[in-house]
Amino acid sequence: MATMYKYDDYDQTMVDARVAEFRDQTARRLAGDLTEDQFKPLRLMNGLYLQLHAYMLRVAVPYGTLSGAQMHMLATIARKYDKGYGHFTTRQNIQYNWIQLKDAPDILADLATVEMHAIQTSGNCIRNISSDQFAGVAADEVVDPRPYAELLRQWSSFHPEFSYLPRKFKIAVIASDEDRAAMRLHDIGIQMVEKDGALGAKFFAGGGMGRTPMIGPCVREFVPVDELISFSEAVLRVYNRYGRRDNKYKARIKILVHEMGIDAFRAEVDAEYEKMQPLDLEPPRAELKRIEAFFAPPAYEAAEDGYDLSDPDFAIWAETNLFPHKVPGYAAATISLKPVGGIPGDASADQMDLIADLAARYSMDEVRVTHAQNLVLPNVKQADLYALWQELDGAGLAPANLDRASDIIACPGLDYCSLANARSIPIAQRLAERLAPVERRLGDLQIKISGCINACGHHHAGHIGILGVDKKGVESYQLLLGGSAAEDVSLAKITGPGFDEHGIVDAVETVTNLYESERQDGERFLDTYRRLGMAPFKEALYG
Amino acid sequence: MIILTGNDLKTGDVVWWDGQGWSRHLADAVDAGDEAEAIMAREEAARRVNAVYEIEGEQTAEGPRPAHIKDRVRGRGPTVRPDLGIQAEAS
Repeated sequence: MATMYKYDDYDQTMVDARVAEFRDQTARRLAGDLTEDQFKPLRLMNGLYLQLHAYMLRVAVPYGTLSGAQMHMLATIARKYDKGYGHFTTRQNIQYNWIQLKDAPDILADLATVEMHAIQTSGNCIRNISSDQFAGVAADEVVDPRPYAELLRQWSSFHPEFSYLPRKFKIAVIASDEDRAAMRLHDIGIQMVEKDGALGAKFFAGGGMGRTPMIGPCVREFVPVDELISFSEAVLRVYNRYGRRDNKYKARIKILVHEMGIDAFRAEVDAEYEKMQPLDLEPPRAELKRIEAFFAPPAYEAAEDGYDLSDPDFAIWAETNLFPHKVPGYAAATISLKPVGGIPGDASADQMDLIADLAARYSMDEVRVTHAQNLVLPNVKQADLYALWQELDGAGLAPANLDRASDIIACPGLDYCSLANARSIPIAQRLAERLAPVERRLGDLQIKISGCINACGHHHAGHIGILGVDKKGVESYQLLLGGSAAEDVSLAKITGPGFDEHGIVDAVETVTNLYESERQDGERFLDTYRRLGMAPFKEALYG
Repeated sequence: MIILTGNDLKTGDVVWWDGQGWSRHLADAVDAGDEAEAIMAREEAARRVNAVYEIEGEQTAEGPRPAHIKDRVRGRGPTVRPDLGIQAEAS
C-alpha cells in the first residue's frame, strides 16, 4: 500500500459535493441556461480550460504523489474519455487534451473514486502544492516534506479568503539543501530545516517565472513547524491586500515583493503575523500528527546495496536514472518520458497502466511525478532493478537520459495551447535527435523550452533555455543561457537576436560545441558558462 | 477573406463558419465579409459555439488558408500528432 495521505470523510464529502455541483452547472450550460461568460469561471475552478483543439482538463497530483490505483484511473480516463494518452506537466499534474464538456462531470466523478480532483488547478487561487519527487526517500532530507505539503493543501483548499487572489499562487515545499523542485521560483518556497534540534521552515516568497522572472528572497530564516500555517496566512494576507489587481501582468506576488522591496515586505508580514498570533489559526498539533502518520516509512526489507551491471544497456540506465535511497538496498528509479523524437511528458494509457502495475510489484505501489515531466518509482529494491528495467525497456520507457540533453522540458506550445506563440514540442524533438548521440559526453545539461512568455516550459531556468515568440506571424526562437532551477538558482540571459525553427537547433549545437571545447575538468555546461560569461557564446553564435 | 472560427460548446471541436452554420472542416469556411460582426453576435446569443473570433485568411487552390499559424494548427490538429485531430480523419 502506498505511503500517502488518505481522504477522511471531510475530504471525500467536499470532493463529491464539488462533482455534484459541477454536474449541475454543466447541465445548465449545455441546456443554454448559462452563458459562456457565466460558465467559464465555474469550469476553470474545476480545471477545465478551452484550448486550441478541444477542452483540456488539468488534474491535480498533490505534491506529485500517486498510488497505483490512481495511476490506473488516469490511464482509464485517457482511454475512456480522451484519445489514449495524457501529458504530465511542469507542475507535477496531468493534462488531457481532448475532453468533451458533456464528459467532464463523469471524469471528475471517476477521479473522486480514487481521491483525486481538478479543484484549484486554474484560477487566481492557491494551486497544487509541489514538492521534491524524492520526498520521503532522499538521503539528504531533514524530514519528509509531504506531510507539510499536505497540511498546506488542506489549509489552502477552498480557503475563502484566498479564492480570489490578485493572481494565481504556487507553493513548493522541500526538505533538503539540494533543490529538486525549483523551490526558489515559486510564489512561496518552503525549505524544511532543523535549527537547534527543532524542525521549522526557511521561508521564501516572491519567486516565479513567467514574463518577469524573479528568484524568491528569504522572508524568514526559521518559522517553527507549528507556526507554518499562520506564517503562510500572514504572507498571503499581505499579498492579498497589496498585490495589484489593475494589471494582470503585474499582479503576481513577485512584482509586489520586488516593488516594495524585501525589507518592507518582510516588515508588513511581520506586522500581520503579530496581529494574527492571538487568533490561534494554527491547526491542532494532533491534526499534523494525524497527517504525519500517513507518511510513516513503509516496511522496508533488510537488504544490502549492490546490483549486477553486466548488461551494458542496463548499466547506462542505472548510471543516469537512479537516485540514492535513504534505505540500504533500495533505489529511486526515474522513468523518463523523453524518448528521442517523442513528446516530452506524454504517456499513453497502456504505459500508465504498466507503470501502475510496476509500482505495485516493485515500488510499494507508489509513483511520483517530477516537475521535469518524468515519473519516479521511489521504492525499488536494488535486487529488482534489472527486472524493472527490462519491463520498462520493452514498453519504450527506459530512455537513459535523466538530466541529459534529450531530457528536455517543453510546454505543449502552439500544438495545443491557445496562449502559445510558437511550437515547443517539435523544437524539443529536433534537439533531442541532434544531441542524443553526444549527450553522455555533454553530461548534465538541462534544456527547457517555452512556447510563449508565460514560461510553462521553464526556459528562464534552463542551462539552455528557448523561448518561442511570434515575429509577424512567423515562429521565432530566442536562445537563453545560464539558468538553473536548483539550489544554485539563476535566471538565464538572452544571447541576442532569435532564430527560426531550424536555426535554433543549429544554435544550440554551436553552444554545446563551444562548451565541449572550453570546459575544464568536471565542469557542467552551466559551470563553463558561468566561468566564461556570455561573450564567447555570443561570438560563436553571431560572429 | 474574413473567416469566423470558434469551438463547439459540447465537444470543444474547432469549428468554422460555412455560411449556414458551423463546420468542423476548414475547407468549408466562407468569407464572412461585412456580416462577420452580426454573425458573431447572433451565434453568441445562440450559445452553441464558444469563443468565436474572426481571423484574416486567403482563398487558395487548396482552400481557405488562415493568415496565422495558430489558426492553421487549429485547422488540422497538432503538427506533432498527425494521427489526431481533423487531419487524422482526412487521411
